[in-house]
Amino acid sequence: MIDGSKTNQTKVSLKKLNFFYGDAQALKDIDMDFPDRSVSALIGPSGCGKSTLLRVLNRMYDLYPGQRAEGEVMVDGENIIGPGVVVSTLRARIGMVFQRPTPFPMSIYENIAFPVRLYRKLPRREMDELVEKTLGKAALWNEVKDKLHRSGLSLSGGQQQRLCIARTIAIQPEIVLLDEPASALDPISMGQIDELIYELRKDFCIILVTHNLQQAARVSDFTGFLYLGKLIEFASTTSIFSSPKSKQTEDYVTGRFG
Amino acid sequence: MKPDPGILLQRRIKNRLMTGLFLLALLVSLGVLASILWKLTLDGIGYFTPAVFLKSTPAPGTAGGLFNAIVGSIMLVACAILFAVPIGVLAGTYLAEYGRHSRLGQVVRFCNDILLSAPSIIIGLFIYTIMVMPSGHFSGWAGSLSLCIIALPVIVRTTEDMLRLVPDTLREAAIAVGCPYWRMIVSIGWKAALPGILTGILLALARVSGETAPLLFTSLNNQFSSFSMNGPIASLPVVIFQFAMSPYRDWQHLAWAGAFLITVTVLSLSILSRHLFSAGKGT
Repeated sequence: MIDGSKTNQTKVSLKKLNFFYGDAQALKDIDMDFPDRSVSALIGPSGCGKSTLLRVLNRMYDLYPGQRAEGEVMVDGENIIGPGVVVSTLRARIGMVFQRPTPFPMSIYENIAFPVRLYRKLPRREMDELVEKTLGKAALWNEVKDKLHRSGLSLSGGQQQRLCIARTIAIQPEIVLLDEPASALDPISMGQIDELIYELRKDFCIILVTHNLQQAARVSDFTGFLYLGKLIEFASTTSIFSSPKSKQTEDYVTGRFG
Repeated sequence: MKPDPGILLQRRIKNRLMTGLFLLALLVSLGVLASILWKLTLDGIGYFTPAVFLKSTPAPGTAGGLFNAIVGSIMLVACAILFAVPIGVLAGTYLAEYGRHSRLGQVVRFCNDILLSAPSIIIGLFIYTIMVMPSGHFSGWAGSLSLCIIALPVIVRTTEDMLRLVPDTLREAAIAVGCPYWRMIVSIGWKAALPGILTGILLALARVSGETAPLLFTSLNNQFSSFSMNGPIASLPVVIFQFAMSPYRDWQHLAWAGAFLITVTVLSLSILSRHLFSAGKGT
């Protein structure tokens, strides 16, 4: 657990954020500020809206007609859910890793190179260096350096997930969204992912959705508790787990419900 | 709880009985296929000589082969597939990616399903009316077009089905790195669905290479080695039809050889497509 009292600049700021799946409201008047270069965890029982919140931040909901967000999501002072935002540029700044590993159906090397090529034309040598550096950051290089041209799908689940994290950080986003990134993995792979998240917080604003309270306690600086679409409490991880202000938060983190 | 021995015995009997019935059904359906193959091989392979590939269809009583019919069939089928593949794959992609819930998508999907089950002779008559009658003569192009219309819905359908099997999370993953939607389809969707789409194309190819009815009204037949798509052109199924119905022994023998050739080709295409599909799923 990290002492969350140190102050970091706010990277993402939500103001009166409401979200709807058709007529059903999934997020209600969310106000919160995510600090830069730290890990903020979102916890809460299933269906509380934590994954929905994540999908608002990179506008993934755009893909589905009938889903809409209201309010403001300010990233560095710009409202990203407002009109006139170029979503592909936005998504280059805000990466996302999903619950199940989703390597692209191509080689390990191409899994890293493909997103990079969307934004830059790099000479072969520079691309090779970038791939090596990125896989190194994701603690995967030593395991895959001899089989870069094998399919990404040939890796184990934990390796695939680290490949997905590598792919996400390859395009140097500012914010990384992690949607229960370790929940489909075995305990050892899970530990590796946790270590990786802990390392990455030096460079990115990380927002982590998790079902696993130990994971939230281990890797995050700040924790937010959501319940029925509302943000109940958002504070430093230390205070959420040791002296929560809300009774509901206390009941949840002590395992009395949820 | 300790199970009642009576119940266990009953289960065992039911199990035996049903397994037996399934086995019987399997033997019946496989038996039909096996007997067709057996008869074709028995009667066809004897007349399956080099001359079949080298000489053109003969007049009754003279020596000959199926050279013009084989080449004609290849030309008709190749042109049909060449046109059906891009249209079919693009239409299937539209249905799976853009028109999944749209009104237009539903209408197109419905029409495609009807086309999929339309009798091939109707398609032949249709092309006869719009192409052969106005131009005043049968032609290879008309034959190709009717085969193309038969292949098209098969390709549309398999492309849509295969793209739908690509998990949404993979789509979202591509979108999440900022990939534009069209590029996601080209680089991720098609790539993941490729073995399935190829299987569909091969199945369509197998299906049209045996079609006879639509060709009777369109490309007709040609006893000479004419390979102009602008005129009537010979094809294996039509030659088999004509020769098998004839009273001449040597024509009938050539029909057997042709039937054997078509069956072996279609069978190997099907096996190849199976192989492709399972190889794709394996990775």
